[in-house]
Amino acid sequence: MATLHLELARKGCELRRLVVEAIGVGHRGHFGGALSAADVVACLYFHTLRHRPHEPRWPDRDRFLLSKGHAAPAQYAALALAGYFPRADLVNLKELGCHLQGHPDTLRTPGVEANTGALGQGLSLANGMAIAARHDGRPSRHYVIIGDGELGEGQVWEAAMFSAARRLDNVCAIIDRNGIQATGPICDRMDIGAVADKWRAFGWHTLEIDGHDPAAIVGAFEAATTTRGRPTALVARTVKGKGISFAENTAAFHNNEFTADQYRTALAELDRTRAALTAP
Amino acid sequence: MTSRNPREEYGRTLLALARADRNIFALDADLCKSTMTCLVEQELPAQYLEMGIAEQNMLSTAAGLALSGKVAFANSFAVFLTGRAFDQIRQAISLSRLNVKIVGSSAGLSDFGDGSTHQSVEDVALMRCIPNMTVVVPADGLQVRAATRAIAAHPGPVYLRLGRNDLPDVTAESDPFVIGRLQRLRDGTDVTVFAMGYMVHLALAAAAELAAEGLSVRVVNTPTLKPLDPAVVVAETRGTRAVVTTEEHSIIGGLGSTIAECLRRERLPIEFHGIEDQFGQSANSPQPLLDHYGLNTATLKSVIARAAASA
Repeated sequence: MATLHLELARKGCELRRLVVEAIGVGHRGHFGGALSAADVVACLYFHTLRHRPHEPRWPDRDRFLLSKGHAAPAQYAALALAGYFPRADLVNLKELGCHLQGHPDTLRTPGVEANTGALGQGLSLANGMAIAARHDGRPSRHYVIIGDGELGEGQVWEAAMFSAARRLDNVCAIIDRNGIQATGPICDRMDIGAVADKWRAFGWHTLEIDGHDPAAIVGAFEAATTTRGRPTALVARTVKGKGISFAENTAAFHNNEFTADQYRTALAELDRTRAALTAP
Repeated sequence: MTSRNPREEYGRTLLALARADRNIFALDADLCKSTMTCLVEQELPAQYLEMGIAEQNMLSTAAGLALSGKVAFANSFAVFLTGRAFDQIRQAISLSRLNVKIVGSSAGLSDFGDGSTHQSVEDVALMRCIPNMTVVVPADGLQVRAATRAIAAHPGPVYLRLGRNDLPDVTAESDPFVIGRLQRLRDGTDVTVFAMGYMVHLALAAAAELAAEGLSVRVVNTPTLKPLDPAVVVAETRGTRAVVTTEEHSIIGGLGSTIAECLRRERLPIEFHGIEDQFGQSANSPQPLLDHYGLNTATLKSVIARAAASA
């Protein structure tokens, strides 16, 4: 693995560790979707996004929107690691008075662009920002992570039509295709069918990638950036609960709590994975 | 008395504002020829977004524009904005105090022909209960002009309620519009009538007729439903002995509820005149429909007389 990609894979592991630490023992948290999105989030914050952690409202910044807002711990971990606020804040997640809410809140948390998590709205918000950037002649790009279960929300498709109709090539949607929603496998609960085909049919430049492979993720972002006249959708195949053996590929840890034993096991597994990420 | 169309006044004012400020955007969901944002589309296409028939996407897109420094006016019929897109208004706009103006056109029963699916008798109640939201209901075309300018200059989410049909002037062109300020249009010493939107001119007519019958009625135009300082409402009732509210809206959650909340520590009898807990329906012209629901001078007079008698 090239040095850059190795470094990004390590960042993904660090984000996962911070997610586990932030949720802690005996508190419910959305582990599954935060862990599945962690590598895409890491590649954005530590490679692709043009942003200034010490100037969160820099007008020319790229925007990142976590439409699947329940994965907020992954974004909070990235924001802390990038320097938007102290890492120590993370363990106060969801405590009364803490700026780290259960879902992203732009008025409270530096670096959070919008209130998301009422599912289905993130792409619309990004479209509005993308229109504003185009109107002002700014170079900003707009990245939105959408859950695959979230694709059940009709507004996603209203927004997808709008992005394509307006040729918003400064918009990139990443579908976190972990295959599992809160109550079970999506194909069993309410089958959403051929995801990539749907985005193509809606007029999007669409790529399917391994959502845990930094080389593939970063390459796809580069392909999105050079695509003109069309928005790009990246269908990122991911594993719900990625990196923690007993949480992987199960709806049980969509929103759940760890026992002290599970917490220790999870951190140990993540540390082992990170330690194994060494140059050949 | 001159009559003006609130939609036309709104469209022309929005166009003038957008000419002066390229950060102002108008968004519409395939009703621009009715809401009159077509005026913006024709002259300033770069500041107009046709969203198609997708109100939810429109409201969240407006939120995105506001998050990037724009002033977004989102337009459709009142019922589609406040009903279908309630969640987007709550989650994306009000929660973050975004600079989005939600302009609900053809409100109340004013879309007489289209019937209950297109009429809105509960929009003010829906918007008023959302934290951070400002709710404005102008009484005539001149006040639509002034209110449109005022809300454009006011940072934060606003719901502006507009009727479809012409209204006679009850305010003057020189009247300033200040959010939260009430406007006493006629003084009286027996009953204070708080009136909203379409009902303001009927309240003035009722007061004039009741004066001839020996009842002295004060008429207070209430163009801001929220924020509204209870002390301001209480002050308007001083020197009268009963209160009436009148609105082209359900009496649940609208002007009547607003005024009753403001007067909750006062010992004043209060009567609500408006639409009882029911939906509208179709009619071929506005007047028979309004008469059916008692939204006319005769019914309002009887409510005022009842309030006076109970005091």
